[in-house]
Amino acid sequence: MFLFRLKRTIRLGIKSLWMHRLRSMLTVLGIIFGVSSVIAMLAIGEGASQDAQEKIARLGSRNIIIKTTKPPEDQSATGQRQMMKEYGLTYADAERFQDGIPNVRIIVPSRRFSQEAQYRNRRASIEIVGTVPWHPDISAMKVKFGRFIVSNDMQYKEGICVVDERVVKELFRFDEPIGQNIKLAGDYYRVVGVVTEQSNTNTSGNNFGNQSGEAPKAGGAKTGCVYIPITTVKGRFGEMSLQVSSGAGASIERVELQEIIVQVQQVEEVMPTRQNVQTMMTRFHKKNDFEIIVPLELMKQAKEIQRIFTIVLGSIAAISLIVGGIGIMNIMLATVSERTREIGIRRALGAKKRDIVVQFLSETLLLTFIGGICGIALGMVIPYFVSQFSQMKTVITLSSLILAFGISAIVGITFGLYPAYRAANMDPIESLRHE
Amino acid sequence: MQKLPKAIEFKDGSPILDMKQVCKSYQLGGSELKVLRDIDLTIKHGEYTAIMGPSGSGKSTLLNMIGCLDRPTNGNYLLGGQEVSSLDDDQLSTIRGAYIGFIFQSFNLIDQLNVIENIEIPMYYQGVSEQESFKRARELAVMVGLGERLEHKPSELSGGQQQRVAIARALVNDPLIILADEPTGNLDSASGNEILKILLDLHKQGKTLIVITHDDDIAKSAERVIRLFDGYIQKQEYN
Ligand SMILES: Nc1ncnc2c1ncn2[C@@H]1O[C@H](COP(=O)(O)OP(=O)(O)OP(=O)(O)O)[C@@H](O)[C@H]1O
Ligand SMILES: [Mg+2]
Repeated sequence: MFLFRLKRTIRLGIKSLWMHRLRSMLTVLGIIFGVSSVIAMLAIGEGASQDAQEKIARLGSRNIIIKTTKPPEDQSATGQRQMMKEYGLTYADAERFQDGIPNVRIIVPSRRFSQEAQYRNRRASIEIVGTVPWHPDISAMKVKFGRFIVSNDMQYKEGICVVDERVVKELFRFDEPIGQNIKLAGDYYRVVGVVTEQSNTNTSGNNFGNQSGEAPKAGGAKTGCVYIPITTVKGRFGEMSLQVSSGAGASIERVELQEIIVQVQQVEEVMPTRQNVQTMMTRFHKKNDFEIIVPLELMKQAKEIQRIFTIVLGSIAAISLIVGGIGIMNIMLATVSERTREIGIRRALGAKKRDIVVQFLSETLLLTFIGGICGIALGMVIPYFVSQFSQMKTVITLSSLILAFGISAIVGITFGLYPAYRAANMDPIESLRHE
Repeated sequence: MQKLPKAIEFKDGSPILDMKQVCKSYQLGGSELKVLRDIDLTIKHGEYTAIMGPSGSGKSTLLNMIGCLDRPTNGNYLLGGQEVSSLDDDQLSTIRGAYIGFIFQSFNLIDQLNVIENIEIPMYYQGVSEQESFKRARELAVMVGLGERLEHKPSELSGGQQQRVAIARALVNDPLIILADEPTGNLDSASGNEILKILLDLHKQGKTLIVITHDDDIAKSAERVIRLFDGYIQKQEYN
C-alpha cells in the first residue's frame, strides 16, 4: 500500500516536473553545481594531500635529513670580507652520529652540486650526487639496469657513475646508457647503472574509483641526478667552490658535505633521535650552518594543512549547495502559488494536508535527487579534466560522494518542507477561487 | 482510509443532512460580515434540490459548508448523523473524498492531466488500486460520452465536454451527495441541456443532488427550490 503510493507519487512528481522542463532544469542546476563542486574540491584537496604525502614518504619516514645551509653573513667582518668561507656538515659529523647516537641504522653522507653533463653533442644540466654504496637503502631508489656504486668503486675512486631515468631521457634518448661515457667538468665517467625513483608507498587507504591522472613525474620535477662515489667526487672536484656573491666580487667556499641522512630502526625513534642530532650539531657548529628536516614531521604538518584545506574547500562548496537549495525553495514557492487552484481541487476531492505535503516534497526531493546524481557524475568528470590539464593529482573518495549526496538530500528536505507546508495549509475554498 | 468517529449511514427517505441554526460570518477589519444567518435545512436522501438567489446571497458558502470544505461559525450540522464541526481536517478530507461529489461552474479540471487521470484523482486519495481506478475511470468516461477522448487534455475539450469529465470525476467514488455550483453557468444552452440531462439521470438513479443555479429551467426540474437572500432562507417551494 505504501509502496504503491510511493510509486504513483513519484510518477506524478516526474510528470509535473516534466511539464515545466526548463524551470526544473534551471532549478536543478544549482544542486548540480553544488554537488559537483563539493566532490571536485574534495577530490583536488585529497589529491594534493596524497601527493604531498607521497613526496614526503619518498624522503623516508624513518629518516632524519641534516642539510648544510649557508650561515648568515658575519656582521663583524663586513669591511674585510673573508676570502675563504668554511662551513657546513663534515665527515666528522657523520662519524659522531655513527658513534654517539643510539638507534642509528644507516648513515648516508653526500655531496651535491649542479653541473653540466655532456654525452656526444647533447648537454643537460644535472645534479652530481657524491654518495656511498648503501644510498639506495634509505631512499625509494631502485636499480633498474646495471648496478649501483659498490665499495670497490669507493676504495679505488673509480670514474664511474649511476644515472637516473631523467638523465637517461635527456642525454641518451634511445641509446643504451650502460657502458657509455659522459663528460662532467672535463672528466669522463662510465655509466654502470640506471636507477629509478619510484614510490611503492600507498599512503592512505580508502581510495575510491579513479585515481585520475596519477602524475608519475611527481617528486621528479627537479633536474636529473648523476650518482658518483663520494671518494671520487672528493678527489676530482675537491671541496672548494667559487661563489660569485652579489656586491663584493667572488669568494671561495669550502663545504665537505651537503647532506647527511640518518636512518633509525623504528619510526618511534625518529623524534628522540632528531633531538640527539640537534644537540650534537649545536655543540659542534657554532655557526648556524645546518638545518634538520624530518619527513615524519612534515607528514604531520601536511596532514594538518590538508585538514584545514578540506574544511575550507568543503565549506565553500557547502555554501554553494545551500544557495542551490534556496534556489529550489524559491522555485517551489512559485510553483505552489502557481498551482494554488490545483491544490484546492485536490483538497476538495479528498486530499489530506499530508497528501499535499507529500506531493510537493516529493517533487523537491526528486529535483535534488536528479541534481545529486548529475552532480556526482559531473563531480567525477571535473577532477579528471583538472588532472589532465594541470598535472594535479586528484582523488575521489567514496566519503566525498556520500557527503555531497547527503548534503543535497538534506538541502532538498529542508528547503522543500516549507513550500510543501505552505501548500498544504492553504484554505481549500480560497485556493479554489484563485485564478 | 481515515476512521470516522461514526460511520455515515442513511436510509431512503431519512434526512441525509440536517442543519440547525447554522451561521457563517467573516471578520473584516473589526466588523463582522454575516454571510449565512440561522440556516435551518434538512435534505432527505435521494432528494433533488436547487438553490437560487441573487449574487452574494451566500449560495456558494452554503454549498461549501454542506460539502465539508468549510465549517459553520455557529450552529449544528449533521451529515449522515455525524456532527461535522467536531471533525478534524483529515476526517473532513475523508468525508469529501468518500461521500461528496463536487461539480464547479469553472469545471476545475487539472490542466496537466488527461481525461482519465482527472477522473482518477478522488480514487487516488481513497487508496483505490491503480488497475481498479483505471477501469472505473474508463467506465465513467464512457458513461458521460467521452470514451473516445480518454487521452485528451482539458484544453483540447469543449466546455460541455470538460464539465462531463468533472461529473465523471464527481461520481467516481460513488458519493452520497452530489453538489453542483452553477454547473451550466459557463456553458451554452445546448451543452447546458446535456449536462442537465445527465444530472436528471443521476437523480433518477437515486442520488442526492444539490444544485446552485440562476437558470429557471434547472430550478423547474428540481423537486425543491430554496431561495436565499442576504444569508437567509427566504423561501422554500416544492415543485
Ligand atoms: N473569505 C471571505 N472573506 C470575507 N467575505 C467572504 C469570504 N468568502 C465569501 N465572502 C462573502 O460572502 C458573501 C457570499 O458569498 P458567496 O460566494 O456565497 O455568494 P454566492 O451566493 O455564491 O454569489 P454568486 O452567485 O455570485 O456566486 C459575499 O458577500 C462574499 O463577499
Ligand atoms: Mg457562488
